[in-house]
Amino acid sequence: MMAFVALLRRDLLLAVRRRGDLANPLIFFVMVTSIFPLALGGDPRLLAAVAPGVVWVAALLAALMSMDALFREDFADGSLEQMLLSPCPHSVLVGARVLAHWLVAGLPLVLLAPLLALLLNLPVEAMPALLLSLLLGTPVLSLVGAIGVALTVGLRRGGMLLALLMLPLYIPVLIFGAGAVEHAASGLPWTAPILFLAAMLALAVTLAPPAAAAALRITMGE
Amino acid sequence: MMLRYLHEWGSPPVFYQRAGRWQRVLWTLAALLILAGLWGGLVLAPADYEQGQVYRIIYIHVPAAWVAMFAYVVMAVTGAIGLIWRLKVAEVITSAGARTGASFTILALATGAIWGQPTWGTWWVWDARLTSVLVLLFLYLGFIALENAIEDRRNAARACAILALVGLVNIPIIHFSVYWWNTLHQGPTVARLSAPAIHITMLVPLLLMALGSMLFYAGALLSWGRALMLERERSSRWAAREAGV
Repeated sequence: MMAFVALLRRDLLLAVRRRGDLANPLIFFVMVTSIFPLALGGDPRLLAAVAPGVVWVAALLAALMSMDALFREDFADGSLEQMLLSPCPHSVLVGARVLAHWLVAGLPLVLLAPLLALLLNLPVEAMPALLLSLLLGTPVLSLVGAIGVALTVGLRRGGMLLALLMLPLYIPVLIFGAGAVEHAASGLPWTAPILFLAAMLALAVTLAPPAAAAALRITMGE
Repeated sequence: MMLRYLHEWGSPPVFYQRAGRWQRVLWTLAALLILAGLWGGLVLAPADYEQGQVYRIIYIHVPAAWVAMFAYVVMAVTGAIGLIWRLKVAEVITSAGARTGASFTILALATGAIWGQPTWGTWWVWDARLTSVLVLLFLYLGFIALENAIEDRRNAARACAILALVGLVNIPIIHFSVYWWNTLHQGPTVARLSAPAIHITMLVPLLLMALGSMLFYAGALLSWGRALMLERERSSRWAAREAGV
């Protein structure tokens, strides 16, 4: 627990000291979202129809792009090796790292999403569903992504590979996330997909850190 | 006695020789079954009252799809065995399994598209079953990409085993979520608890084909595994002897 808090503090402090990097996933999110109206034409009805999917896909890609930084720097300067030598359970360390990463890269995405949804003409009634689905879904993306990053961190050009490994595993989150917003936008009940997202989060919180820790031990050569 | 026999399989040279013998046995049996199944399916079985002759592609399509799914489970199980007991044989079989599984997945998708064109009037629809098989192909391709990216063979095998296990946990979730998302494909007609909704003259060739494909898959697994094992052990004396150099 002590190690968890200490690592969380260190990572958040590092992130705050380097504010410039914080904005990058957000700018990416905004840019990807604004590409869609340019490609599809500005018809408000069309945009409203595709908005749930577009916002979710853009958020997913932004989360994926930011995942690469999860362990890379610590791997490069050797602190990852030190962490794995510590007696503390590795899954706890991975959990702290993922939480810090989500607070820095994931939570701002969630907060920015309603603004982008407005740009895409998404009905206001769908906003709670959008916020809630992203709030439950993006931590799942970070947790599952941690496994992929742990497997690819030692490799040159790991970025493309990470996307190849992770996108199939992200499909359920995308389906239920976009589904919840879609239902809300058409005035249907949207509790069911939200509950599925919550279940996936519970599953990811319990299973992903040990898997990512095992993957890290393999890439670091035990 | 039995235990000793199984234990010996773990040794690369013994695996190489025994797999070679087994592969011939499996492929002979597979050829007989597939020939019988094709005869039954293409000649003896009647045409479907709705789909006519087109339906006969199921004798390739359905077994390929079954093997494609079965192969992923086998791959994850042998991956776990390799991860836990560090058996080289399990590692090469896992690696061979990804390639064979991906081939069967492509076969299932291609035959499905060929059947879909005359029946549904389109090569591809975003239906739940098609989509989940497509995602299965993506999982296989991700596995192969990761394996190619890591240079050290043993590390690659261990990293890939973890990926296969993560995929195995995820497959039911993906499958279920995709079903929730959309379904149009005809429901299962063989694997259900009540009597199968398919006539016996069509069912028997289908099962023969399925068994034949399964044996062919097992033989291909061994064949590919032997090649990978020989490549991996190329600096050892037994490999040089087997290759005749």
